[in-house]
Amino acid sequence: MQIDLRTVSITPLRQTFGHLARRMGADKPASRYMEATMDLQPVENFHYRPTWEPQYDIFDATRTKIVMKDWYALKDPRQYYYGTWTLARGRMQETAEGDFDLVDELGLAAAYPDAGKDHALSVFLPLRHVAWASNLNNGYVSAYGYGIAITQAACYASMDQLGVAQYVTRLGMAFNDLDALASAKNAWLNGQEWQALRHWVEDLMVEKDWFALMVAQDFVLDGLLYPLIYDRFNDKLNDTYGPVFSMLTRFQREWFGETAKWMDSILKVAAAESPENKAVLAGWINTFRERAVNALIPIAEIAFGDTAGSELDDAVQQLHARAAKAGIAL
Amino acid sequence: MDMKVAKKLGLKERYTLMTRDLAWDTTYQPMDKVFPQVTFEGIKIHDWDKWEDPFRLTMDAYWKYQAEKERKLYAILDAFNQNNGHLSVTDARYMNVLKLFLGSTPPLELMAARGFSMVGRQMVGAGPRVACQMQAVDEYRHFQTQIHSISNYNKFYNGMDEFAHQQSRMWYLSDGKSFFDDAITAGPFEFMVAIGFAFEYVLTNILFVPFISGAAYNGDMAAMTVGFSAQSDEARHMTLGLECIKFMLEQDPDNLPIVQRWIDKWTWRGTRKLASVGMMMDYMLPKRIMSFKEAWEIYFEQNGAALFTDLARYGITVPKCFSQTIEEKEHVTHQSWIGFYMKPDATPFHTWIPGKEELDWLSEKYPNTFDKYYRPVYEFLDQQEKTGNRFNNKTQPMNCQVCVSTIKFNEPGDPMSTCFRETRYKGEKFHFCSDHCKDIFEHEPEKYVQTYISSHQGLQGNCAPEGVDVNAPDFNPGDHIADYWKLDKRATGDFNGSEDQKNFAAWRDQATKN
Repeated sequence: MQIDLRTVSITPLRQTFGHLARRMGADKPASRYMEATMDLQPVENFHYRPTWEPQYDIFDATRTKIVMKDWYALKDPRQYYYGTWTLARGRMQETAEGDFDLVDELGLAAAYPDAGKDHALSVFLPLRHVAWASNLNNGYVSAYGYGIAITQAACYASMDQLGVAQYVTRLGMAFNDLDALASAKNAWLNGQEWQALRHWVEDLMVEKDWFALMVAQDFVLDGLLYPLIYDRFNDKLNDTYGPVFSMLTRFQREWFGETAKWMDSILKVAAAESPENKAVLAGWINTFRERAVNALIPIAEIAFGDTAGSELDDAVQQLHARAAKAGIAL
Repeated sequence: MDMKVAKKLGLKERYTLMTRDLAWDTTYQPMDKVFPQVTFEGIKIHDWDKWEDPFRLTMDAYWKYQAEKERKLYAILDAFNQNNGHLSVTDARYMNVLKLFLGSTPPLELMAARGFSMVGRQMVGAGPRVACQMQAVDEYRHFQTQIHSISNYNKFYNGMDEFAHQQSRMWYLSDGKSFFDDAITAGPFEFMVAIGFAFEYVLTNILFVPFISGAAYNGDMAAMTVGFSAQSDEARHMTLGLECIKFMLEQDPDNLPIVQRWIDKWTWRGTRKLASVGMMMDYMLPKRIMSFKEAWEIYFEQNGAALFTDLARYGITVPKCFSQTIEEKEHVTHQSWIGFYMKPDATPFHTWIPGKEELDWLSEKYPNTFDKYYRPVYEFLDQQEKTGNRFNNKTQPMNCQVCVSTIKFNEPGDPMSTCFRETRYKGEKFHFCSDHCKDIFEHEPEKYVQTYISSHQGLQGNCAPEGVDVNAPDFNPGDHIADYWKLDKRATGDFNGSEDQKNFAAWRDQATKN
């Protein structure tokens, strides 16, 4: 049964803002995502050219090879504006907090077998620096990208990656191990097996095409790294020792599952825009995948030993399947 | 036994592990290629590790606090909207504050978001970088919550629906746009002085007071809640701007003259921008909080002076414009409101002549100037309006080449004449509203010759809607400018007799009577 509650009903003069009505083709209520996103970035009548790059306008669509008639076609399927993003992350951090507390309360970290712990930390902890690089690279996309649809999602991704770097740091602290964080940083800076990866993310820090950078960092590198380490390596640790690391990296797994949907949708829309876009994207993915795979081989070897090759192959297959689904043949 | 290490760590050490310790100096790519923008302004930084984090907030804590704030904020907005909260404001004239605010502020918060993303990418030190990134994402929050809080008003009142279209086109919005375009096209350090310090630290209270307190005083729970909810973000932003100033000054004595020049420039640019904000306080809020003059005395003369006293140990002196702003505080809001009143066909908000009690309030608040200079103007305009001769200035204004204000402020020391300056650069003449704007131009003429002045653009035929032949012999730029702006006629002109006024009265009756 429903009780018929009444409020004073006044007929509005209009349902939404002019730019949204034109976009929707009708004067109808717009979602808060649309209100917070669409057509808000200035596109003309800029007063001055940037003193730091006078060849461009303040916001300039030619900063990437990708061409879109409407940059707001690159919508976020998660419909994240600040409020929905921060509420979603607020829930995830609450779960993560519970996990860290439980591990602490039950002494699960201390009880973890030493061999497993050393192995796990040697793989996980240097990844805080990879996340830090991703924070910077997504920051570039949010700074120099075109249209609020993409720049806000990149801004959130950038902050997410800072969060990931901090959760990995807490993982080291949960295992009572500042030394492990220090030696992981040393491995990142000097260890032979991490240099190809560090070289690759440093190269990405000087990539000027923001869309290329997004494909390289978020689609290709994260698309290989997260399934490989946060899924498969966790599975291996779970099978051999127990699920503690799986618990303490839950944020990363959930985050990747969710963010991959955003990335896939961006690629699909950009590829569908034109054969030129599709060719550029395919070219990028092929080139970037080669660099990323080479960079990840030594990490996969630390993590999986003999089965490194097949684990990495599986991750590559998974990435190809995502590209195919987005309409990009490699 | 686990977590012992974490518990032993102080907040500072823990935060260091969570931020700076993540960073490294790149070796496969040179640092100056990864961070190419930090030297060209002449600022010398020797040790980025000397940066003192102004706040220490890790992402987990950030998400926790911010999520709580968002949950409350949107619950209140929903309730306010559902209950026709717009009918509980003091007077339908209040809607015009929202119109001015929506056109001018969320678009600038958006520029702050993008600007801080840029600086958050460019700063070499991990500390300032993270702090700037956090401010960038906060600024997304601010422009979005502001739009969301005003969205429901847009359904019922005219003049708000085209703010996104108008932000880059409307003449009176170009002063704010030029302010942020200027900051974002400068280097990262100047941006920090312009926005992080001059705007967020020195001047933000003067924006907050009329808008947020004004909302609270006038029954607008939606805007009030947005403002209160943003306060803790703003507190972080203020500490970041101040820390950045101190950091630059502590790093190298050569930074002092550069920083001083930026403080002089941006304090003045901000002051000019605030003239219209002051007008909100003195003329547009049906229930007033305090006069602009009083706000200026508290927030700029007292608090600002204390700040500059504090910075004196670094050699910083009060901004050059300080004494001129003190003289102007008794004039600018009146000159601005009269200016807008005289352009009834050119704004998407209404104007009006203050009522008798309001004129008396202004006389009381401005004993040195109001009765002498401005009351007679209003009395004259009122008389003209009543005899069917409402003043309507249909000509293009002359604008300042730097701040883009219409040239209307008085000569320092002489309230009866207009201040006007000019200079020649490469054979062309440029006009200014003040000595300060002229100085800014002369220091960087190549930048300021680019300023987009909408009256010039209109005359050049650049503000005609698509399909209009600007080369036709009978082309008249004035004929099309309202279409170019997408200006709703119902939103222009006098409040008295407007659709807003009638609707509000009818709806309030519908909501309160049987």
